[in-house]
Amino acid sequence: MRMLINVPETVVPDALRGMAAAHPELTVDVENRVILRRDAPVAGKVGLVSGGGSGHEPLHGGFVGPGMLSAACPGEVFTSPVPTQMVRAAAAVDSGQGVLFVVKNYTGDVLNFDMAAELAEEEGVRLAKVLVDDDVAVADSTFTAGRRGTGATLFVEKIAGAAAEEGAPLEQVAAVARRVNERSRSFGVALGAVTTPALGKPTFDLPPGELELGIGIHGEPGRERRAMMTSREIADYSVDTVLEDRRPTGPVLLLVNGMGATPLLELYGFAAEVHRRLAERGVAVARTLVGNYVTSLDMAGCSVTLCQADEELLRLWDAPVRTAALRWGR
Amino acid sequence: MLDTDFFRRWLTLCAGSVEREAPRLTELDAAIGDADHGANLRRGFAAVTAALDRDAPGSPGAVLLLAGRQLIATVGGASGPLYGTLLRSAGKALGDAPEVTPAELAAALREGVTAVAGLGGARPGDKTMLDALEPAVVALAGAPEAFGRAAAAAAEGALATVPMRARKGRASYLGERSMGHQDPGATSSALLVAALAEAERTEGEAP
Repeated sequence: MRMLINVPETVVPDALRGMAAAHPELTVDVENRVILRRDAPVAGKVGLVSGGGSGHEPLHGGFVGPGMLSAACPGEVFTSPVPTQMVRAAAAVDSGQGVLFVVKNYTGDVLNFDMAAELAEEEGVRLAKVLVDDDVAVADSTFTAGRRGTGATLFVEKIAGAAAEEGAPLEQVAAVARRVNERSRSFGVALGAVTTPALGKPTFDLPPGELELGIGIHGEPGRERRAMMTSREIADYSVDTVLEDRRPTGPVLLLVNGMGATPLLELYGFAAEVHRRLAERGVAVARTLVGNYVTSLDMAGCSVTLCQADEELLRLWDAPVRTAALRWGR
Repeated sequence: MLDTDFFRRWLTLCAGSVEREAPRLTELDAAIGDADHGANLRRGFAAVTAALDRDAPGSPGAVLLLAGRQLIATVGGASGPLYGTLLRSAGKALGDAPEVTPAELAAALREGVTAVAGLGGARPGDKTMLDALEPAVVALAGAPEAFGRAAAAAAEGALATVPMRARKGRASYLGERSMGHQDPGATSSALLVAALAEAERTEGEAP
C-alpha cells in the first residue's frame, strides 16, 4: 500500500485540517467533523445539510458554500456520519426557516440521518429530508436495500441549494430536491478496485483486461464483470442502461463523473462518446459537467448521470455557486 | 443473579473480542461490503470501555444504555444505530434493577433483537446480524442460563449466512454474488453472544 497518509485512523481529521487551511471561507470543526458556511446561519434562508462517508471527495464538504450546501458531515471512510454530527450541523445552519437533509440511500446513512432528525426536531429544528436513489444498476425491489444514491446527489445539492439561496421556503426546497432525484438516473463502471486505508489493499480483485459494470461508490463489486471495453462501448452500455430505466422527455443535465483515479483526458474522451450516444438516441443535452465530483477514493472508472431538466431546474442549475469544488456565476 | 459487574465484564470482553477479530471482520466485509466493519466496531467498543471506566454506571440496565449510546455516537454506518439500538432497547427493558435474572436478560435481549429487526427492516434469512441474534435469543428463551448454548446457536447462525443471498444492507446490491460469503454483521453478533458466555465463565474476575 502506498498512500499519502499518516495512519489510517486519522485520514479524516487530517483532511479536514487541510480543508480548514485551504478554505478560510469555511468553518471547519475538525473535532466534531462538521464543515460549515462561515456565514451560517443565513437569515431567512433554509439550511441544507448533507453528509456521508468520507472517500467521495469533493462530495460533500467541497459543495459547502453560497448557492449549495450550508453544512456537510463527513463520516469515517465509506462509513456514514453519526447522528450528533448532523444535529450540530442542523443547529448551526438553522435560521428558523428549517433544514433540509440530503441523504444518499444507504442503510447506514438513512438510519443515522433518521436518528439525527428525531433529535434535531426535539431541539426545535423544522426538518425535511430528501433521499437520493438514482443508481439504475440496483434493482429497486424487496431483494435489495433499494437503489443507491450516487451522482444525482450533486444535482440535488446544487439545485436545491440554489432554491434555498433564492429564499424558497422549506417545503419548496424539499419539493425541488425530490423532483431532481425523481428525474435523475446514474450508471457507473469500475476499471480498478478501490483501496481503503483501513484494509490497505484493493477491496476486490479486478484483473487487468476486465471491468466491473454497475458499481456503486464504495468499492463494492458491480452487477457484472466483463472483458475490458473501449470508451465508446462503455458509453453505449452506460447511456443505454440509463435510458432503459428512464427515458427523458426533454433536454438533460449530464454529469460525466470520475471515480477518483481516471484522468480528465479519459473523462473528456468518454464525455464525447456519451454525447454521441445521447444524440443517436435523440436525447438533447442542455448542460454538461465533467470531472471528479462523486468519487470512490482511488477507484478508476466513471459514471454517467442524467437529469431531465425543465426551465426552473436549468435556471437553478445556472444560478451562482461558490464552493471549494464547484463555482460559477459570480 | 447477574449484577452490574457481570454486564461490565460482558462489554469489556466484547471490546477485547472485537479488537482481536477486527481484521477478520474487515476481511469479511471487503468481500461483500465496503471493508470497514472491523475498524468501525473496534472504534465503537473502545469508546464503550472508556465510557464504562469514566462514568461507572450503577445498574445492568445503565451499563447497556451507556454502551448503546456510545456505539451510536461513534460507530456510524448501519452497525452504529443497529448495535446501539440492540443494547439500548435491552437496557431499557432491564430498567434500574441492581441485579437481574438470566430469564430477565433473555427477555431484554429479545426486546433488543425485535427493535433491531424493526429499525433495519430485516428478517432472519436476509443475511444480516439477525441471523446470529435470532437463534441466540431463541436459545436463551428456552434455557436462559445456558449462555454457552446461545453462543453456539449464534455461531451456527453466522455460519449459516454463507450460502444466503443478501437482501438488506450494502451486500444486497451484489445479488447472487453475495452468496458464498459469511455475513460480517452476523459474525460480529456471534462474537457478542460468545462474550456473554465468557463473562459467565470468568465470574469473579475483575471486569
